[in-house]
Amino acid sequence: MTAVPAELKYTRDHEWLREEGDGTVTVGITDHAQRQLGELVFVELPEAGSTLAAGQGCAVVESVKAASDVYAPLAGTVTAVNAALEQAPGLVNTSPYGEGWLFRFRPATPAAGLLDGAAYQQLLDAEG
Amino acid sequence: MSKRTPLYDRHVGAGGQMVPFGGWDMPLHYGSQLEEHHQVRRHAGIFDVSHMTVVDVGGADATAWLRRLLANDVARLAVGQALYSCMLNEAGGVIDDLIVYRRPDAAPAPYRLVVNAATRDRDLAWMQAAAAGRDVALELRNDLVMLAVQGPRACELAAPLLPEALRPAALALQPFHAVESAAAFIGRTGYTGEDGWEVLLPVAAGLAFWDAALAAGIAPCGLGARDTLRLEAGMNLQGQDMDEQTSPLAAGLAWTVAWEPADRAFTGRPALERERAAGPAVMLAGIMLGGRGVMRRGQRVITASGEGLVTSGGFSPTMNCSIGLARVPVGAAGACEVEIRGVRHPARLLRPPFVRRGRVLVT
Repeated sequence: MTAVPAELKYTRDHEWLREEGDGTVTVGITDHAQRQLGELVFVELPEAGSTLAAGQGCAVVESVKAASDVYAPLAGTVTAVNAALEQAPGLVNTSPYGEGWLFRFRPATPAAGLLDGAAYQQLLDAEG
Repeated sequence: MSKRTPLYDRHVGAGGQMVPFGGWDMPLHYGSQLEEHHQVRRHAGIFDVSHMTVVDVGGADATAWLRRLLANDVARLAVGQALYSCMLNEAGGVIDDLIVYRRPDAAPAPYRLVVNAATRDRDLAWMQAAAAGRDVALELRNDLVMLAVQGPRACELAAPLLPEALRPAALALQPFHAVESAAAFIGRTGYTGEDGWEVLLPVAAGLAFWDAALAAGIAPCGLGARDTLRLEAGMNLQGQDMDEQTSPLAAGLAWTVAWEPADRAFTGRPALERERAAGPAVMLAGIMLGGRGVMRRGQRVITASGEGLVTSGGFSPTMNCSIGLARVPVGAAGACEVEIRGVRHPARLLRPPFVRRGRVLVT
């Protein structure tokens, strides 16, 4: 069973978002996404301070099997990246919602088009 | 419907993630292909390779037939020796690569071939057509299980699992040699760059060997680790690093072509002779990425001598960087670039293997 924490928001591209309460949002890939990708061997992250356009490819997660783009869920500015992933990309596999977070950003627009946990679970069920 | 080896239920029971491969349902990994890779480099792993095709070759014309069928020359083989060879089409393209074993004179057939799973039907059709009108008997050995135990401690840990009468001879085997009895066939061969055996057993004995190997601490390993291990060892994969449109000269396998004796007429020889005389245009080289990122099959390689393509690319768990094999213009060497998703990255061409017997050979 893949984990879908109820308190997070999700995108249709299998990313999760967590509002930190200080105006920033943390982004990662879901448990489902890391299972599909397989073991990660390389993560390329945006630079802190860089500007993101909504839908823009802003990170790459690369597994033993394939490379996959991570898209900016909203427009905004990157405030922090998870530097630990440079040495330990496997954290995304072992802790996709915790130590395996990718980056944090300050959205320039209100959240829109995101799924709650129940809706994301439905998406997974529909994808079989 | 994909075929299953007799070990299918054991793979599922051990947590194997089953994927289609060459018409078979095979384990990709049992949880972590990176860990399985390290197990083979540092300790011992076991692979179910029963999907590979085993063909015994007998009949009065067996030797003459194989000397025509294969680009390497079975006349070089002493009893108990193995030979790696390509089987070529008339144009010199590689139909498959295989290992041929010369068996003891007492064996029911003097030769045993092990060919790839993905090319099975094509191989068998080619061989049957080539055998027409000759005294050659081809026997498919679907009744056997084939297991590869590989790693620095593989032989030590697996020896007690072998039939007792074969144990001393198996432990004394030189690389690329084999020993057999009615109960088992054991070759000191593999596809990982580590020491080890490939063992052929009847089904019941094969299942028991698998169970005992796991109990002895030999890790079950899947196709994922098998691919990264063979890539580090600089070994080609048929259908990827060569195919029917690629000659062994363009695939880094010139060393497997037996040109002497010059009058041995093997299939594909005239085409290879012409290519050799003209000088091959391309060659297969090892490639290592300078920075982070992972090279993948099909990516462009830009060298001072012209452009090429990555034929196999991936992440080397032993070296902790990306390595691959690339088809590049003859003469290309040293610094080059690889285009990964639109961005050129510095890389270097070098001579494989990258890793052998647990040691990294490139810097």
